[in-house]
Amino acid sequence: MLVSERKPLEEILGLLEREGRRRLFILGCNGCAAASGTGGEPEVLELKEELERAGKEVVGWKVLDFLCQKGLIRAGLRPYEKELAAAEAVLAATCGIGVQAVAAVLEEPVYPACNTISLGGVRGEWPGAERCLECGQCFLGLTAGICPLTACTKQLVNGPCGGAKEGRCEFEPDARPCGWELIYERLKKQGRLDLLRKSPPIFKDHAKMQPPKRLRQTTRWAVELEEVARR
Amino acid sequence: MKLRELFREGRFVVTSEVGPPKGTDVTEMLANAELLRPWVDGLNITDQQSSVMRLGSLAAAHLLKERGIEPIYQLTCRDRNRIALQSDLLSAWALGIENVLCLTGDYVSLGDHPEAKPVFDLDSVSLLATAKRLNEGYDLAGNELVGKPDFCLGAVVTPGANPLEMQLIKMERKIAAGAEFFQTQAIYEPEKFARFMAEAKELKRPVIAGIILLKSAGMARFMNKNVAGVHVPEPLIEEMERAKDRVAKSIELAARLIREIRPLCQGVHIMPIGWERHVPAVLEEAGLARRR
Repeated sequence: MLVSERKPLEEILGLLEREGRRRLFILGCNGCAAASGTGGEPEVLELKEELERAGKEVVGWKVLDFLCQKGLIRAGLRPYEKELAAAEAVLAATCGIGVQAVAAVLEEPVYPACNTISLGGVRGEWPGAERCLECGQCFLGLTAGICPLTACTKQLVNGPCGGAKEGRCEFEPDARPCGWELIYERLKKQGRLDLLRKSPPIFKDHAKMQPPKRLRQTTRWAVELEEVARR
Repeated sequence: MKLRELFREGRFVVTSEVGPPKGTDVTEMLANAELLRPWVDGLNITDQQSSVMRLGSLAAAHLLKERGIEPIYQLTCRDRNRIALQSDLLSAWALGIENVLCLTGDYVSLGDHPEAKPVFDLDSVSLLATAKRLNEGYDLAGNELVGKPDFCLGAVVTPGANPLEMQLIKMERKIAAGAEFFQTQAIYEPEKFARFMAEAKELKRPVIAGIILLKSAGMARFMNKNVAGVHVPEPLIEEMERAKDRVAKSIELAARLIREIRPLCQGVHIMPIGWERHVPAVLEEAGLARRR
């Protein structure tokens, strides 16, 4: 499963306020995120309360199983069309794959409420095209819900290199699209190119790419390690 | 001497480049540099171009500087993390290198060591910001430097990129990060370049247009198929194909191109790719006099 932790409220508010988003729809996930204590119903309600205290309007919320499965997202959100239409942004309290799957399904801008910090066992609940590097500093709120670390071969976070030809990556042009061109196209479609244009230089934090000590001290971590040792 | 001073004087800047050898014998590289010296304001030193392992651009830039040839030190993010990049920048300044061209770098699979670990800890934008920070007397961790550099920082842009808007956004970000001038990917279409410059003009940074000497029709077709952001129009390829004297035609085409784009930009950068000996003829025919 993908282990996640909540982003600090200030960071979430920063992402939303940078683009003037006030009316929100919150999505939780009953899979890995619920097990991580970041995206189950109690956590979603807590997040809702925090956001409302900070002056945001939460027009709706829903916890689905599971946000890595696009079919389930579509079906699960069908009754919420009105709320989604009223929302300026969707905040997804889930792993990096969940955020990317939601962003691929919905027209609305999608923001991550969590950082994915570790991978224990299988990757997500359902097979899909999205990939997460468990980088512990989720960039998806800046990149229209497409991960620059997994969609770009060079893992660039400040925009494309000069190597793409006709939208294909220089590494394997026949097999890989340029991830940054996908990000550019979606940001453009959502009218959000200023997000890219006005961004100060971004530096990756490799220190966050190791699972934090907090996580390594948990029982679950011990169980996983035990299992690995027994193999 | 910093390129910024030449731009400030309103000079039309001419640069070219030399590639360090695969090995330790620098005779040919230095001979090429000497051949180009009278015609240029500075020479780029490529940093293991196309991910092919070679003698380092820092050492090569130093060898040029020692001989009184102004190096434009190319630095990519492919092989070094932020500790090594900052350290190399400090070393460069200590060796008298004043101009740095900051690049992301090709992917490792393009070169002769495809199994190597691609680093890309930083990229062109964050490398520029890093160099600027060193210029200000601090490293990325916020530590104060004892003695600081004062680099003139350059970056690259691809006027023929599609979509162009994304290129312009990145250009804007490079300027915000510290880029003082730009060199471009090879240009063959003056009209397309003029459209780019019309947009780029608002960004108010000198642009040095890239010129690759066309050696044959085959080379043109290869670049069209494989090199990002480069497009040689068909009439130009046909002209090359019909030519009896390929060298004379190549010189004629490059000189014509330079004359056409000269009013649009602030300089040209000639990439000779093995034809260093023909660069003086190109510049002479383009009406660009010897520098010294």
